[in-house]
Amino acid sequence: MINLRVLAASAAVLSLTLSFASKAAANGEVNVYTYRETKLIQPLFDAFSKDTGIKVNVVSASSGLEQRMKAEGANSPADVLLTVDIGRIDEAVQAGVTQPIKSEVVDKVVPAQYRDPDGYWAGISMRARVIYASKDRVKQDKITYEELADPKWKGKICIRSGQHIYNNALFAAYTAKHGEAKAEEWLRGVKANLAQKPSGGDREAARDVAAGKCDIGIGNTYYWALMMNNDPEKKPWAEATRVILPTFEGGGTHVNLSGVLLAKHAPNKANGIKLIEWLVSEQAQQMYADQNYEYPVRSGVPIDSTIAGYGKLAPDPLPIAKIAANRKAAASLVDKVGFDN
Amino acid sequence: MRGRAAHAGRAATAIAIATAILVAAPVISIVSLALQPATDVWHDLINYVLPAALLDTALLLVGVGALTLLVGAGTAWVISRHDFPGRGMLLWLMPLPLAIPTYLAAYVYADLFEPLGLVHRTLAIWLPLRDALGHLPNLRSLPGAIFVIGLVLYPYVYLSARATFQVQSAEFAEAATTLGAGRWTVFWRVSLPMARPALAVGVALVALETLNDIGASEYLGIRTLTVSIFTTWLNRGSLAGAAQLACLMLAIVAGLIAMERYGRRNANAEFSAESPHVRQRTPLSGARAWIAFAVCALPVLIGFVVPLFYLAHQALGRGLLANFDPLLWRHTFHSFAYAALATLMALMLALATTIAHRFRPDPLRYLAMSTAQAGYALPGLVIALGLLTPVLAVDSALSAVATWTGLSLPGLILVGSGTAVVIAYTIRFLAVPVGMIKAGFDSIPRDYDESARTVGAGQAVMLRQIYLPLLRPAMLGAVIIMFVDCLKELPATLLLRPLNVETLSTSIYQFASRGNFEDGALAALLIIAASIGPVVWLTRFSEVPSGPA
Repeated sequence: MINLRVLAASAAVLSLTLSFASKAAANGEVNVYTYRETKLIQPLFDAFSKDTGIKVNVVSASSGLEQRMKAEGANSPADVLLTVDIGRIDEAVQAGVTQPIKSEVVDKVVPAQYRDPDGYWAGISMRARVIYASKDRVKQDKITYEELADPKWKGKICIRSGQHIYNNALFAAYTAKHGEAKAEEWLRGVKANLAQKPSGGDREAARDVAAGKCDIGIGNTYYWALMMNNDPEKKPWAEATRVILPTFEGGGTHVNLSGVLLAKHAPNKANGIKLIEWLVSEQAQQMYADQNYEYPVRSGVPIDSTIAGYGKLAPDPLPIAKIAANRKAAASLVDKVGFDN
Repeated sequence: MRGRAAHAGRAATAIAIATAILVAAPVISIVSLALQPATDVWHDLINYVLPAALLDTALLLVGVGALTLLVGAGTAWVISRHDFPGRGMLLWLMPLPLAIPTYLAAYVYADLFEPLGLVHRTLAIWLPLRDALGHLPNLRSLPGAIFVIGLVLYPYVYLSARATFQVQSAEFAEAATTLGAGRWTVFWRVSLPMARPALAVGVALVALETLNDIGASEYLGIRTLTVSIFTTWLNRGSLAGAAQLACLMLAIVAGLIAMERYGRRNANAEFSAESPHVRQRTPLSGARAWIAFAVCALPVLIGFVVPLFYLAHQALGRGLLANFDPLLWRHTFHSFAYAALATLMALMLALATTIAHRFRPDPLRYLAMSTAQAGYALPGLVIALGLLTPVLAVDSALSAVATWTGLSLPGLILVGSGTAVVIAYTIRFLAVPVGMIKAGFDSIPRDYDESARTVGAGQAVMLRQIYLPLLRPAMLGAVIIMFVDCLKELPATLLLRPLNVETLSTSIYQFASRGNFEDGALAALLIIAASIGPVVWLTRFSEVPSGPA
């Protein structure tokens, strides 16, 4: 029979072990909430700790960190929030869980375009939303986002869910440029050109092109480089395609930003700022570029050669805030036109 | 003696009410969020989101329900009533798909059947079909999702159906046989109707698991209500709108629970427990034995063996064993500790809740028991969201007390210690032990209580000497299913875990979200390995000895 006393005792022991396992000292530390996967940024944190002697504690999640910070309020242990896209930067600022980053270093090395005028956030890396085109079946070298709705691509486009944050940001940029009515018409056109129901991720877009299901797939710049250089099994997918940097009609390729924010109630504020400044240092920016094939925000840091092979990136000059402001409208349009159905 | 006699019932009632309040806390918090106006998104939700989401959800539920019923009840009947070579091995293999999280099954099968995937490549080698692609089923579709989810969830139906089939009184079946009924007639007209309560419990669990699934449906491109809650919250930034959708989901779950009760109406479960002799198994030979074996082996193959081997293949092929990451042991410890604590807590709360209802089946105790099951209604992330406010209120109260008394405590005690994760699991999965123990109680005839009272036994004595021994199979089953469920849980763990804590499931997620779930194959294998033990244990304890005729 199950002995309740034994159960209660083991429960107590386990709880104690757990609370000791997660107990943290108060000095020489910085607490990071991140949407970036730990595997990806752990090397950066390790290098930071080695440089400064400051220990980095991490919680990573796919969603809801702003809500958690909001609920934790003044007791929140969070010092720094790392996001992977524009939307989350905006969410966090709107939720009122951050404070301006007052740092001359950040103001100096991060171009104004990639940081908030009020200092609420700073970009740390960029990636572009591009086209993986079939080497065999796509002849043209240039393409515009507008053109994706052209009937000549009928049944030839593969893309992940229209509600995914990467597509959401692209559609929001389109909406900001052309207005909701035009954006809706465009989305209907793109939907009519899809080879299959939106699903999978960006890698699958390349795979489906390689398999002949479609001629062009939509994906982020670094996925292609990761498949090409780091994943022998998926290398053939990248090899069957080439990356075209599309632009809007007026020029400019859609880029998304990973950002960093300082928590409103940061208990280790000074260390938080140290970490933020370190993340935009030359060393860290180089790590971002080399390990994750992203575009550094700091000028003068060389990009990876694979990424450089796509051609010269001319980022869309549309202010990030404008894109963020159109996110909800874009999400609504995706549902309205039944993009994912 | 009298005073002490009533003591057990009163204590149970107090705990039952406290449990109901605990489970209700995140629900109330979500409802209060839902009460905030979200008029700007409701127009969109009603016009564009809900029709598709409700249709997809309904089709998925019906499809998965039908598939699990067919596979679960069919295999349970074959294995409970027949003897054939390989049966002994199948007995402990059958429930093993429970060890595979739905999201993992979806990753594996999408990978296998994708264009250029293993199946496609193999077909292209063996049958030089340049064109095999067009004929492969597309896993990223509603039928694909039904297939994947159904074949890892069927053990819920199998386990409850088998528990019933193997103890069903032999007399009815034998009477029917004497009257000239064949084996199939006995199955359709006698065994199946008598198993209806158990099947209803199993299918209800399957339906609730399906409703809560987000990983598999999202990955396979099915826009269920759960997926819509996430996009509403994350892309429209409307927590209120998401909470409103969550309330709608709550209503659907209430409907499912009502259907389950309807399915069990007029249930005369007392046949089983009173049955003096258990039916002997029919020996099969030749082709029939082969068919019986194949019918049972196929679901195990699809739901367990294939994913296991595919993951092992990935783990070996990628050198994950050779370059073993020692951090995985830490993740395993956290997974186990959270799952074990939540399971113990839920078992005790479930016992108290059902006992209170057994002693006094009045509306109050019934309400407490039903409320305790409500956590299953909400996706893990919604529970986590709902928990944030109450849990952190307690945390700030504790920290205020600490400051006032001059004690030095970490800022957030419940969240910082991982207690919040344990609470979330408990609330989320409490329906499992409550449902199973309730079903266990239902199969203990009320006559036993009467007889016990006649000889002057108090509630405490009845509890110790009648209920707990008879409930042992139900309790063990509940503990195991809940433990494995906790190991697999993802969204609430992601949101509520303390700094520097990963579990096996969150570490797999890290890889999957980068599109490289294969690199998490070893963590996935650890979850499966950890779940196999309990599932096999469950099978051993649920086997009623009965030799062939």
